Amino acid sequence: MGSTAPAEVERPSTDVRPDLPWLAIVWNDPVNLMSYVTYVLQTVFGYAREKAEKLMLDVHHKGKAVVASGTREEMERDVQILHSYGLWATVQRDSA
Amino acid sequence: MSGGFRASGGGGVSIVLDAGEASILRSLVSQVLDLVEPGTTGEDPLERALGIGSAAQPSDPVLARLFPAGYSGDDQAAAEFRRYTEATLREGKRSDAETLMETAGEGRVRLTAEQAQAWLRALNDVRLALGVRLEVTEEVHEELAGMTEDDPRYPAYVTYDWLTYLQDTLVRALW
Repeated sequence: MGSTAPAEVERPSTDVRPDLPWLAIVWNDPVNLMSYVTYVLQTVFGYAREKAEKLMLDVHHKGKAVVASGTREEMERDVQILHSYGLWATVQRDSA
Repeated sequence: MSGGFRASGGGGVSIVLDAGEASILRSLVSQVLDLVEPGTTGEDPLERALGIGSAAQPSDPVLARLFPAGYSGDDQAAAEFRRYTEATLREGKRSDAETLMETAGEGRVRLTAEQAQAWLRALNDVRLALGVRLEVTEEVHEELAGMTEDDPRYPAYVTYDWLTYLQDTLVRALW
């Protein structure tokens, strides 16, 4: 994983990727309920129920899902809030 | 067993608990409260004011689950994240647990929207703690169904299943 890369990288002006290089990931665990995870994603991120349910199902079936992207500070704040709700969440640099 | 949570208007919820249920809830939450000691920060007054605390992952598996690593595969970033967040998280979990202790009693319990959020997180913390101790899997409900009443795990599993029911009805009452 690209953890050795510098925090700020100059990108060519033709690079059209959105400048959102950090991700918040939620991992599957056997305790958190499907209804609860959906509700927390709606509450924390303001997502519509349909989007929150889709993300929850990704967590459930694939083991994890990217639930938000943004600056490193934003993702750390989001992960801290997810931890306050007991979700198993981590911050990760977008390696795509 | 009670009928779970119901929406009561204005974002609030209510539930009817019998004396035994209120007592079990308070007892379990107080055990989590004992486990989650107040956030310890350094001696430095500035660090204390900013809630900067320990960078070490808790050795107790329940605490390690309640305060998981914020980075996977990057110990240095995880330690730094913990240093800046865990003391605040501990205070939040203690405050949620205290709200539940103050409001859980026999009879109809009426919660404001804010208190309901505290209950939601505190109930989940108890479920996480029990889940780690019992090493539950996603098939916990089915396991319980196949268990005989003289199984030594039976009482704990019944309690866990009841907490799951409370948590699920609380989510649905808030939706």
